[in-house]
Parts: sequence; structure tokens; C-alpha cells
Amino acid sequence: MAWDVVFAALTLQAGYNAAVVLIGATLLGLSAGACGPFLFLRKRAMVSDALAHATLPGVALAFMALVALGGDGRFLPALLVGSALSAGAGLLAIDWLTHRTRLTEDAAIGAVLSVFFGAGVVLLTLIQSMGAGRQAGLEDFLLGSAAGMLAADAVVIGVGAALCLSIVVTFRRPLTLVAFDPIFAATSGINVRAMDRLALALALGVTVVGLKLVGLVLIVALLIVPPVTARFWTDRTGVLIALSALFGAVSAAMGTALSAAAPGLPTGAIIVLTAFGLFLVSFTGSPLRGVLAAAIKHRRTAVRVHRRQGLLALAKGEPIYDRMTLSVLRREGLLRRDGVATPRGEAAAADARREEARWAIARAVFDADGRRDDGLTPIDAVLTADQIAVIDQRLNTLSAV
Amino acid sequence: MAEFVQLSLVPMVIGALAALACALPGNFLLLRRQALIGDAISHVVLPGIVIAFLVTGSMAATPMLIGAAAAALVSVAMIEAIRRLGRVEAGAAMGVTFTALFAAGVLLLEQSNTAGVHLDVEHALYGNLESLVWFDAIGWGSLIDPSALAGLPPELWRMALAAAAVALALRLTWRPLAMATFDEGFARSVGVPVRVLGVGLVVSAAVAAVAAFDAVGSIIVIAMFIAPPATARLLTDDLRQQVGLSALFAVAAALLGYVLAGYGPLWLGGTHSVSAAGMIATVSGLFLGLAAAFGPRRRRAG
Repeated sequence: MAWDVVFAALTLQAGYNAAVVLIGATLLGLSAGACGPFLFLRKRAMVSDALAHATLPGVALAFMALVALGGDGRFLPALLVGSALSAGAGLLAIDWLTHRTRLTEDAAIGAVLSVFFGAGVVLLTLIQSMGAGRQAGLEDFLLGSAAGMLAADAVVIGVGAALCLSIVVTFRRPLTLVAFDPIFAATSGINVRAMDRLALALALGVTVVGLKLVGLVLIVALLIVPPVTARFWTDRTGVLIALSALFGAVSAAMGTALSAAAPGLPTGAIIVLTAFGLFLVSFTGSPLRGVLAAAIKHRRTAVRVHRRQGLLALAKGEPIYDRMTLSVLRREGLLRRDGVATPRGEAAAADARREEARWAIARAVFDADGRRDDGLTPIDAVLTADQIAVIDQRLNTLSAV
Repeated sequence: MAEFVQLSLVPMVIGALAALACALPGNFLLLRRQALIGDAISHVVLPGIVIAFLVTGSMAATPMLIGAAAAALVSVAMIEAIRRLGRVEAGAAMGVTFTALFAAGVLLLEQSNTAGVHLDVEHALYGNLESLVWFDAIGWGSLIDPSALAGLPPELWRMALAAAAVALALRLTWRPLAMATFDEGFARSVGVPVRVLGVGLVVSAAVAAVAAFDAVGSIIVIAMFIAPPATARLLTDDLRQQVGLSALFAVAAALLGYVLAGYGPLWLGGTHSVSAAGMIATVSGLFLGLAAAFGPRRRRAG
């Protein structure tokens, strides 16, 4: 792998053609990443997979029409119009099957996906029989290819993607509201159906525009993976959309640059694997929702529970058998190896016992903030010094009796 | 007619068996709203067979099948891990998993120099149904000729075995599976091992997908998991009838699709046949369209 070539491509120094292709790809990644969250939040991510597969008959028919009219079958704008029409037909078919029959949406998605794709393959083999070699380039629509892409095609991709992006930016508020709470959105006077349609139309636009670069089998990844990745880093929608767009753009740019450096590498696959790499990093490492962070948090809570329960046992003079409790207390120097409490341990145990007694009173007297009563929260974090003084007074009278 | 036996009979039988093996578990996947599992499985089979090829260096069937099955299991584990540990919605988890694995398969395929053998992405998608010819056949008489029968493509036996295994598994678990599908809570309360059945169903779908993938490619696999059961679902409320009808539609789509692909273009004055896998999927889609327009049970009850 020639990393200097990758670097040159990323910094737009690899020639005019490569630079235009990279910009087009980056715009595509940006707009796919920005559209994705609306499908993701509405749990409709897989609809775009059906859309992508449903483009194939349209591509093939457009190609045949172009050849029949005596033109070059690879004229990208015409192929994109064809693919948009057939993906639109697929969308209508899903809608019809879901709303007019008792089939569920996932069945409709799967049926449309496979049947349209099958029909597209039939048309592809038909084109093959029309004349050898004339369909060259149509295979690119399956897996995508940046290698040898013309600047003119990249401009079509870039402009289409920029258009989708500007629509997302314009309608981000109603789209967001509908994505989160369709009923509230409807009461605020937003046309929910129209916004749902708009989100799907955007997915369709991104899919169609990205076909040639990413390929129809994998384009759905650009709509699904970036929002899922972004979700690990934030709970806020605006940030989610921005991060998702960023991840999409990085994936598309890296994939395109890498496959430009090594023309044998399939562009779509590299883009998807880059996106997946970002996902893996976020899945494990995100401080907010990552697996590591969750594991650390879980461990900390476990240590606190064992420490508290161990101290209470010490205070009551009960023996401790639990291995984790023993090791937690020993590590903090509260317990000797032979199971007898150290002076510090005895003090801590007395504290824990007093805390427990205070909580018992607090529950009865103040009915205070029961939500925080998880057996771990220090009472002075919840109640004021005066309230604790009242509790202690009660404790003293109780023990006097 | 000798030519028909030699060139078309075996592919038609294999196609019908593959359609059957996928459609049977497809009924339950459909009712359990897991229809897209078939889609995911058929995508992840690709990296499985590529890795098997890289490890063993051969296109022998056994390592391919083991690789494909392992990939299917890995994908199911990945989907569950992402869904539970990452708290990601199931559809999105599936989308992340199968695109990443498929992309890895494509990359491995392009990197490993497999130019010498017939292993490419197009093959994975469309299969090679047309190439499964019976060279030793000289006519219908070959069906009772042991030496000719020995020359049948091994895919035929594998597919027949897979179809029989899937059918048997469904037959044996029919009652508990039906219960768990329609009312999971009730099934659990009367002691049906709901989780085991769920995993078993996915495994049998994977067996069907892997065996069929080898012979016919992933388009037919996805189409047959969903289209025939969906068609049957629009015609009847009875589970037994639904499964029977779906088997009927699957076989009919396979046979009709193969004939239309092989001979249709010739009838219309063309010179080349078109993709049988694609045509079979298309025909199953036509069945579904007709059922969705005219089926007596097409509407939701109530």
C-alpha cells in the first residue's frame, strides 16, 4: 500500500480527476450520514437496502433505452434517472404491501429487495446477450468503483449529494420532531406523512447518487453505520446528525483515496469497512455508551456494593465469605488477612452502621427523596445538616430506651 | 428430449429443492417478523466461503459449507452482541453486521488471487444453476441407469439432503414451533423451550441458505425465504395450508422461472437465455403481486 499516494489523494494533490472524485465522494458521505439518522430513529434503516437493490432494473432498462436510441449506454445522469424511477416503484410496492395487505414491513422489504434485484439480473443477462462487452461498466453498479471514474460522473454525484444535504439542513427541525415523537409533531402542525415521505425520498436520492461509487449491495451501509456510530457519542439530535455526517464523509473519503491508490481494491467495500472501523472504535471506546465504559461502570458499582455490605457485616460481627467482598476490603486495608478488621476497618464499619441507621430514620420521618435511597448514596448528599441532626437526636433517644 | 434431460432436468430439480428448503423455514421467519434474517444470512455466506477457500486452497464443497455455516453463526453472534451490548435496534444491528461482513468478503476475494477458479461476487449473487448439467445422461432412460446416475452433480444430493433435513426438523418441532410463533408467552408458560426453538429455526434457515447458496446464489435464497410464504399467507389463515401452499409456489416458481429463463427468450426470437436465478425470483414476485391484489385473505383481520 502506497501511503503517500493515499495522502496525495486525500489532500487533493493526485490530479484534477482524482480530486473531483474525492470531493464528490466526500459530499456523498456527508449527505448519506446526515440523512441516515432520520431512518435510523424511525427504525426504518432496512428500507434503504430494498431501495438500493430495487435500482438495478432501472439501471438496466435505462442502459437498454440509451443503446436503443443509439447513445452511449453509460451516460450516468440517464442511468440515475432510471434507477430513481425503479427504486421509487420499489418504495411504492413496499408501501402497498405494508398498508394494503396484512404482510409486515420487513416481509415487504425482503420481497421487494429480492424480486426487483432478480428482475434486474435478468435484464443484465439480457444486455449481455445484446452484444458482448457493451454492458461493461454496469457491473460497477453492484460493488461500486472509484477507479477510472470520470470527473463528469463525480460532478453528478457531488451535485446530487449536495442537493440532498441542503434539503436535510432546511428541513432538519420537522424531520427531527417526526423522528422522535410523531404524535407530538402532528399536534404541532407538522405533516407527519409528508416528512416521512421526505426522509424516504432523501434516502432514495442518496442511494441513487451513490450507486456508481459504493455499489447497490453496500450503499445501505452509508445510511446505517454512521448514525449507529454517532449514537454512541451523544444523546442530542443535532450533534448526532453532525457526527453522523462527519463519520460518513470520513469513510467515503478514506475509502475512495485508498481504492485510488490501489485500483484493485473495491471502493464500496473499503468505504464500508472504514465506516465499520469507526463503529468498532465507538462501540468499545465511547465514554458515554461504549462497552468498555459500561464494563468499568459496572465494576465500580460492584466494588461499592461489596464494600458497603462487607462493612455492615463487620459492624454486626458477622463472618464474611464472599471472595469479592473480602478482596475489596483487604485491598483498601480495612481487613487483615486473617479476617479481622483493622482499626481503620472498624471505624469505617461504625460509619457504615450509623449511615444505615440514619437512613432507616430518614425513610420513616422525611419520606425523603426515596429515589436516592439505593443503599450507596451518602445521606449527607441528600439531606441537610439540620435534618441529619434531627435524625441523630432520634437515634440517641432510641438507643437510650 | 435427450438434451432436456442432460441440460435442464437436473438444474430444475436442484432449483426446486433449493426453493423448497428455503420456503419451509421462511414461513415461520415471516410469521415471527424475522424475514430479513434470510437476507442477512445470505450476505454473510460470502466471507465464509472466501475464508474457507483461502484456508484450504480448494473449492471442495465440505470446507465451503463449513466456512459458510461458521460465518452465519458469527453474524448471528455479532448481531446479538451489537444489539445487547451497544443497545442498538435490531434492524440497524443487522444492517451494520451484514454490510461489514459482506464488504470483508468482497475485499478478501479481490485480494486473494482467485482468478484461476470460479469464485467471484457475481457467482455468489446469481449462482450457477445453468452449469449444473448431467453430462452422463443420454435420455430419460438414464434415470434408471446406475452408471449415468453416478454422474449426477453432487449439488443435487447436497440440496436434497438439506431440504429433507429442514423438512424433517420442521415436522418434528411442528406443534411447539407453531405455539411459540403465535403466542410466545403462552408457549413459555406451558414449558416450551422458546429460546431453543428460536435459535433452531435460525440454524435451519442457515442450513437451507448455505446449501442453496452453493447451487443457486443468494438472490433465490432471499426471494424464496420470503416471497412464497408471503404469497401463501395472503391466501389462507391455516398454518398447515400456508406451509403447503408456500412449498407449492416455491417449486412452481423454480420450474416456471427456469423454463422462462432458458426458453422464453428463444420463443421471443432471442438467441441467448437469461439468468435462471433472476427469473425464478421474478416469477415468485409475480405470484406475490397476484396474491396481494386478489388473495382472499390479503387484508388484515378486523
